[in-house]
Amino acid sequence: MLKMSQVSKVYRTELVETHALRELDLHVEEGEFIAVTGPSGSGKTTFLNIAGLLEPPSSGVYLLDGEDVGALNDNRRSRIRNQKVGFIFQSFNLIPDLNLADNVDVPLRYRGWSGTERRRATGDMLDMVGLGSRQNYLPSQLSGGQQQRVAIARALAGKPRFLLADEPTGNLDSEMAASVMKLLKTINDEGTTIVMVTHDPDLARQASRNIHILDGRASDITVSGPPNVTPLEVARA
Amino acid sequence: MLNYYLRLALASMRRTPVLSALMVLALGLGIGAFMTTFTVYYLMSGDPIPHKSDVLFAVQLDNWDPNDDPTESAKDVQPQITYRDGTWLMNAETPASRQAHMYGTGAVLVPEGDEPPFEERIRATWHTFFEMFDVPFLYGQPWSRVEDNDRASIAIIGRELNDRLFDGENSLGRSIRLDDSFFQVVGVIDDWQPVPRFYHADGTSRALADTEQIFIPMNRAIDQEWTPWGNTNCWKANDEDLPPLEGFLQGECVWTQFWAELETPRQVADYKEFLDNYVREQKKIGRFERPLNTFISDVMEWMEVNEIVRNDNRVLVRLSFLFLLVCVLNTVGLLMAKFMGKGGEVALRRAMGASRRAVFQQNLVEVGLIGVLGGLAGIGMAWLGLRAVESLYRGYQHLVHLDPVMLATAIFTATVFAVLAGMYPVWRVSRLAPASLLKTQ
Repeated sequence: MLKMSQVSKVYRTELVETHALRELDLHVEEGEFIAVTGPSGSGKTTFLNIAGLLEPPSSGVYLLDGEDVGALNDNRRSRIRNQKVGFIFQSFNLIPDLNLADNVDVPLRYRGWSGTERRRATGDMLDMVGLGSRQNYLPSQLSGGQQQRVAIARALAGKPRFLLADEPTGNLDSEMAASVMKLLKTINDEGTTIVMVTHDPDLARQASRNIHILDGRASDITVSGPPNVTPLEVARA
Repeated sequence: MLNYYLRLALASMRRTPVLSALMVLALGLGIGAFMTTFTVYYLMSGDPIPHKSDVLFAVQLDNWDPNDDPTESAKDVQPQITYRDGTWLMNAETPASRQAHMYGTGAVLVPEGDEPPFEERIRATWHTFFEMFDVPFLYGQPWSRVEDNDRASIAIIGRELNDRLFDGENSLGRSIRLDDSFFQVVGVIDDWQPVPRFYHADGTSRALADTEQIFIPMNRAIDQEWTPWGNTNCWKANDEDLPPLEGFLQGECVWTQFWAELETPRQVADYKEFLDNYVREQKKIGRFERPLNTFISDVMEWMEVNEIVRNDNRVLVRLSFLFLLVCVLNTVGLLMAKFMGKGGEVALRRAMGASRRAVFQQNLVEVGLIGVLGGLAGIGMAWLGLRAVESLYRGYQHLVHLDPVMLATAIFTATVFAVLAGMYPVWRVSRLAPASLLKTQ
């Protein structure tokens, strides 16, 4: 489903050149739950941004469902992002003056769905995360864990091909983090592919496979993956 | 999506109420100042009688001092004519469909009840005035030629005066007392305010005054010895062998206005020829010593000849436009501050699949909304500005008002300027790289 070959990302300023990713190879199959770990500044977020088509790679090939998405124009990237990718952020990134239903509705607005379709999808998603009765609440009226559930509902509302989660439990206490992880596992069990960046080794262990990024290079550190998971190929640069 | 964008715009404005209010205020101030000066300019330069302005012609006859500078255009000739010439023209068989001779005067009106007497301006004219200028009647009708010739003591009054004296009732047959004489009311005209008051443009601001509330036959006004309230220009002493009034009436002083209704180009040409022949005849008896200069100007030409829209008014419009531009530039700065503060939300929407174009459109709608609100604020400020103009210049009461065209112009102008002002900030925010902003949310 997601295949990166020799992907590099270099940020250039007048004075300095920073290699955030170095010739990274990665193959993710449908239905996998991958945890990406690594120290701060290792390139995890850059990997996530490229995977989510928020920025293009400097070099290399990125195939999504067989389509080379690395060099697409902004419009096309936006459309693919809208249709195939769901984002979950550490700080939830809910829009504070929109109620929960309107927050979940955001990606659907750009999908061109009818009002009825959108209402049904937002209702279903909020029901799924246990907040169906609070559609008209504002984010500020919810706890952190509940806000992250809304963010998950938003990410899933458009039925994306995969979820990219950047430290989804980083701002939550352990109880709420466990609850959010449980929800992500359920979603994965239902077939949604998840790529999660985390610092937490306990959370990483709950994923089917672990990728470790260090100095822009990725390596597979999965000790024992589930038997039904296709092995991923991680090449060292 | 427009509804959605409008909803988001309102939410965004609620999120930053002070900044939004400042932008609306800046635009409102600029629009208000511009609309105030432009409204006065627009009303002054408008067509006061659009359906007939091309068939109504003001008459000028160059009877002035032969030693004066030569006449090159209608602007060099007195805008009024002598009583003597006007009276002759009114009684002559001319190619015109109608003619009207007139002058502005005034008297003390003595009400019937306890109300103290007050001065009131009067238009002394002929019966033709009302049909020529399409004056609307509430009660009664214009008097006739017979009453002009009979020098009848009759009056047509305006609605405002009728309300004041007769509580708005049908006052036909009632009398009003002007100085020591009584005039029977034969008509009440409805609200009528041609702007500018084109029929009396004598080179001063009188063309911008309100219409009179009393109209009486000109012959009667002369009998009353009511002298003109307005410009009276003479270049030659009156005949001292005549009684003073007769000397004034027969002299070379210009103080009356004269209009002709000419419906076809042929009529215009014939009437001009008629005037030229009249002047040629007068030259034979020693009058009109200057070269032959007769001018007839239709209403819009007449506005130009009399420079109803003065140059300083145009300068003021330009200055207020510059002020508007300064306000717009301030708004650009405020919009930059506002939209750069929205980077996080923009990045999130981009991550959710919004294209740059969608982000641009969403924020442009917000800018447009600010523009519409700025326009509404501008209308409020223009209203205040016009009230200030009104209080500074008495007699402008009917001139200074915002008509629907000006209201629409205010909102349109504000929206266009806001959108222009917002283009750059909106473009900038739509180009923000989402990746760098999402992490800092």
